[in-house]
Amino acid sequence: MSFWNRHKIFETNSIVLIVGILLVIAIGGLVEITPLFYLKSTIEKVDGIRPYTPLELAGRNVYIREGCYLCHSQMIRPLRDEIERYGHYSLAAESMYDHPFQWGSKRTGPDLARVGGKYSDDWHVAHLKNPRSIVPQSVMPSYAFLASNTVDGASLADHLRTNRVLGVPYTDEDVAKAAEDLKSQVDPDGAGAADLLKRYPKAVVRNFDGQGGAPTELDALVAYLQMLGTLVDFKLYNEKANLR
Amino acid sequence: MADHAHHAEIDKVTGTATTGHEWDGIKELNTPLPRWWIWTFYACIIWSIGYFIVYPAWPLMDGYTKGLFGYSSRAELAVDLANLDKVRGDKMAALATAPLAEIEKDPALLALARAKGKVVFGDNCAACHGSGGAGAKGYPNLNDDDWLWGGTLDQIEQTIKFGARSGHDDAHQGNMPAFGKDGLLTKDQIVIMANYVRSLSGLSTRSGVDLAAGKQLFADNCSSCHGDEAKGNPELGAPNLTDRIWLYGSDEATLIETLTNGRGGVMPAWTGRLDPATIKAMAVYVHSLGGGK
Repeated sequence: MSFWNRHKIFETNSIVLIVGILLVIAIGGLVEITPLFYLKSTIEKVDGIRPYTPLELAGRNVYIREGCYLCHSQMIRPLRDEIERYGHYSLAAESMYDHPFQWGSKRTGPDLARVGGKYSDDWHVAHLKNPRSIVPQSVMPSYAFLASNTVDGASLADHLRTNRVLGVPYTDEDVAKAAEDLKSQVDPDGAGAADLLKRYPKAVVRNFDGQGGAPTELDALVAYLQMLGTLVDFKLYNEKANLR
Repeated sequence: MADHAHHAEIDKVTGTATTGHEWDGIKELNTPLPRWWIWTFYACIIWSIGYFIVYPAWPLMDGYTKGLFGYSSRAELAVDLANLDKVRGDKMAALATAPLAEIEKDPALLALARAKGKVVFGDNCAACHGSGGAGAKGYPNLNDDDWLWGGTLDQIEQTIKFGARSGHDDAHQGNMPAFGKDGLLTKDQIVIMANYVRSLSGLSTRSGVDLAAGKQLFADNCSSCHGDEAKGNPELGAPNLTDRIWLYGSDEATLIETLTNGRGGVMPAWTGRLDPATIKAMAVYVHSLGGGK
């Protein structure tokens, strides 16, 4: 039997074939995946990244539910034209608490990785309700209904807990205060705002949707959009120290 | 290559050799991949070896093989950006250092600032102010000579840098109070005010409204910001109420809404997001749209 005919043992014995396939995939995984867990340049620690506040997390859930990622990416690639338009390229660390990440691959609309602070809350509210009221050529659908959906505060602690299972470092206090934090973030005059900011630095506390009452999904989504890409201070960011 | 010479058995129906594999009496025909395909495949494997050598490829215990070219996308970006600076050259540097007034006087600098400003406006400002700067409800038209926060080059630059009510320490402050919501005026008084304000720019008023009372109410409540003549005050972002240019709308219902709930549109601060030379180019561009003072 020639060398080339030795594959016969794989083709005529399904157990050997399965073991062979597993071996080949294991080697591929070992070479392609394992290094991501120990190579410093792939697990770059960046100052300023923190877990999402309960309101932002609720907004992120709306973002995922409504499929925003189908038309908007959150990934500024290290290419000249993208830097010119959107700002500093995205860092892996900026989505380290994203489960799942929202990098996307389709840009019917613009990239949103650094949209935080670019427009006013009023703009986001008007734009989400009726995009064509301010951007006449827009093809984005209306999300006016978000203004009348209140966020279910009671379930948020579970969302935080689930994220904690996946490795997001929420503290017991964060989980216990999830429902409270949700309300605090839309009430700048309230007592809880200072406590929220202590645990979630750089969080923006505002009445995002401009209406009173319980936090709505519109509040949540605007709060999420307004923090995207704002956590890292690129004046202090030193990529050289993080690469090897 | 498979060598099947020793069991070359020809299938009678098709005339093709079999591989010799037989399952339950069924024999597999040997129709190998085309030669050109096989050789392309091998060529790709050989190519990949060259790729491993010149590009980053294999992970190691403490890093990865960097490759002969030392390629990294971030390093390539740095080169691209440096080349961009070079292409933009001295003129862009001149834009960064020249005072705003001089940029407008120097035709070459002006052309550069306008070109740069137009692109940056499209990326950053058009979402609110419209692609031609014509504005929208709540977002000022930048083509006219009516300016909330002043229309000189320096004032425009200031506004772009720090925004209005943006949360930045140097941002323009000042809100239209919520006269109705905060109980400063009664509902009836607000209707009178709305009609009086309409009358200031010659718009029709509802019959039976006491405009004289409106004049008094205006003097007591509004003139400190909008001025005795209602011509506005760019220090406070208080609009001119006599010029028939309206940010939110001139109909009675909108004016009642404005008086009841107040207004305080937000313009973000762009310092930090855009570099100083870009902001100057923006200021010159906006100033040149038509209404610059």
